[in-house]
Amino acid sequence: MRNLYKNALGISAFTASATPAFAGIDEQVNEAFAAFTGPFVSFIFAPIPGTAFPWIVMWLVIAATVFTLYFGFVQLRFFKHSISLVKGDYSDPNDAGEVSHFQALATALSGTVGLGNIAGVAVAVGIGGPGATFWMILAGLLGMASKFTECTLGVKYRNEYEDGTVSGGPMYYISKGFAEKGLPGGKFLAVLFAIFCILGALGGGNMFQANQAHAQISGIVGDFPGWITGIVFAAVVFIVIVGGVKSIARVTEKVVPFMGIMYVAAALVILLVNFDQIGWAFGQIFAGAFTGLGVAGGMVGALIQGFKRAAFSNEAGVGSAAIAHSAVKTKEPITEGFVSLLEPFIDTVVICTMTALVITISGQLIVDPATGNYAIEAGKIATVGGTSGVALTSAAFASAFSWFPYILAIAVILFAFSTMISWSYYGLKAWTYLFGESKNSELTFKIIFCVFIVIGAAASLGPVIDFSDAAIFAMAVVNITGLYFLMSVVKAEFDSYKERLASGEIKKFEH
Amino acid sequence: MTTTLVVGLDGQGSGDRALAYAKRMAGLIGKCELLIVYVIEWSPYSFQTAEENAQRHKRREEEIATAMERIIDPAIKSLKDDGVKAKGMVRHGDVADTLNAISVEANADQIIVSRSSEGGFAKRIFGSSTANLVMSASVPVTVVG
Repeated sequence: MRNLYKNALGISAFTASATPAFAGIDEQVNEAFAAFTGPFVSFIFAPIPGTAFPWIVMWLVIAATVFTLYFGFVQLRFFKHSISLVKGDYSDPNDAGEVSHFQALATALSGTVGLGNIAGVAVAVGIGGPGATFWMILAGLLGMASKFTECTLGVKYRNEYEDGTVSGGPMYYISKGFAEKGLPGGKFLAVLFAIFCILGALGGGNMFQANQAHAQISGIVGDFPGWITGIVFAAVVFIVIVGGVKSIARVTEKVVPFMGIMYVAAALVILLVNFDQIGWAFGQIFAGAFTGLGVAGGMVGALIQGFKRAAFSNEAGVGSAAIAHSAVKTKEPITEGFVSLLEPFIDTVVICTMTALVITISGQLIVDPATGNYAIEAGKIATVGGTSGVALTSAAFASAFSWFPYILAIAVILFAFSTMISWSYYGLKAWTYLFGESKNSELTFKIIFCVFIVIGAAASLGPVIDFSDAAIFAMAVVNITGLYFLMSVVKAEFDSYKERLASGEIKKFEH
Repeated sequence: MTTTLVVGLDGQGSGDRALAYAKRMAGLIGKCELLIVYVIEWSPYSFQTAEENAQRHKRREEEIATAMERIIDPAIKSLKDDGVKAKGMVRHGDVADTLNAISVEANADQIIVSRSSEGGFAKRIFGSSTANLVMSASVPVTVVG
């Protein structure tokens, strides 16, 4: 989700926010870092030989397909049951006061819904055409099975401490699950995951967010040094994660869903006003999915863009959601898996599709009158005003509501903030897995995290960002490897749950 | 047959009035047991950070222990001292819904609560738990002024 708007807003966003004082140091850091991390980044994002398709995207899609088939289309057959769980139909009233399924879902969603849904989709549609939406929806639907698998394991193998707190996530299920099955290498994979998770948290979950928030702010109030934004953000994050001032986080956690709902509502209004064009837009999506409608790369181009952005947006298979979901106190780990499978649905199938439809209907994509296909400029579809990424989404919404860009800018800043808070937790859990759960160890990570916010907002550290994004996807390499070995554990839980649900042993509570 | 009265406390002075009234009623009825309940306002649909979620179980235990110690235990002690049979419990949830659910479950004959302690602006926005209880309860409710 984080990596995409780099293309959207361009590396220029980083350069623009670099202060002259930092420039000399930046260049040196960039060069040294790029030389050091380049091979790793190129490896993660390398295309499959003979194609333009990055293998990491293929890795995520194949895993999602395997889990979908292995669990017999759980995302379709248990969709209604998942909603029932979120509504609390199966929650024991005596457990009131514990984290509810709804709260776990909302927390995990606030970590994934964000810039990927706004900017990433615009990039996908801008390059792959409306047809990319079809592949994005398909990838989102398949990704639901990956989330189901990882979040069930997250709860099943979490650590519960004597003081009542919990820690969970891929590092715990990989090490404990492998040991339970007598498989070697669990500890090694868990440590590898934790390292990638820390790097991903500092980069994609932090520096990149700070950078994009600064780009948005300076877009409205005019250019000013990035470190100012960085210090303000770092101070607020510091107050929340170190000072324990939960009220700020709570306000954000309330405003972010509100922003999400408002975004979808605005999209729905635009679609309703243009309801006569919805049929046409879906026609474009389906036709484009298989013919490409003349976009660069044709059908394959649309497919790559759709799959890529969906995977980047909903993080299914990355393992981050498993950390967020493991806090739920439930007797049945599998129920958390059911709840989590709604995330890719909400994130990708609903919100991303809304964005894509609005962009398609808004007429921002220029059609070549001679051929009836989209006009191509430099490998991208030509747009009114030459916009792409956040700017394209903003322009599409502005064509209906002129004031929308301001709301969108506020949303981007808040989404960036909530993503930082979420990833500070994911990174912290990986950190404490490696260095122990002591107050000092936690404080060390939190301070490092805040320092990276300032660096992220101030400097133009393109290669560092590349590396951090690669680290997030490297998490998926380790996590999915673990999931393949442990999916039989989930299957056993799943079969037992299905049996007890059918026999009436698991039943709804009167509320 | 024993008569069961549920008493909802709010941790404030007004709760003491409800308790005093219930004590008097118990004396008049004779064979009567009081169920003293304190409900911690909590919604399963609120939004929390991942860290808050991870600590939730611990916090819940702490909240229950604190409410027991500060509100329920002193109330039970004062009732026992006066020879009234009483049990106490702390629950999380919506105050009106939870008090009603507990009363139905305990087969209670009456719920005794004090007049709402909220006032003014907050009451206009959020309504009052007492008013909600009176309007939705499946058991007779006595509101002590």
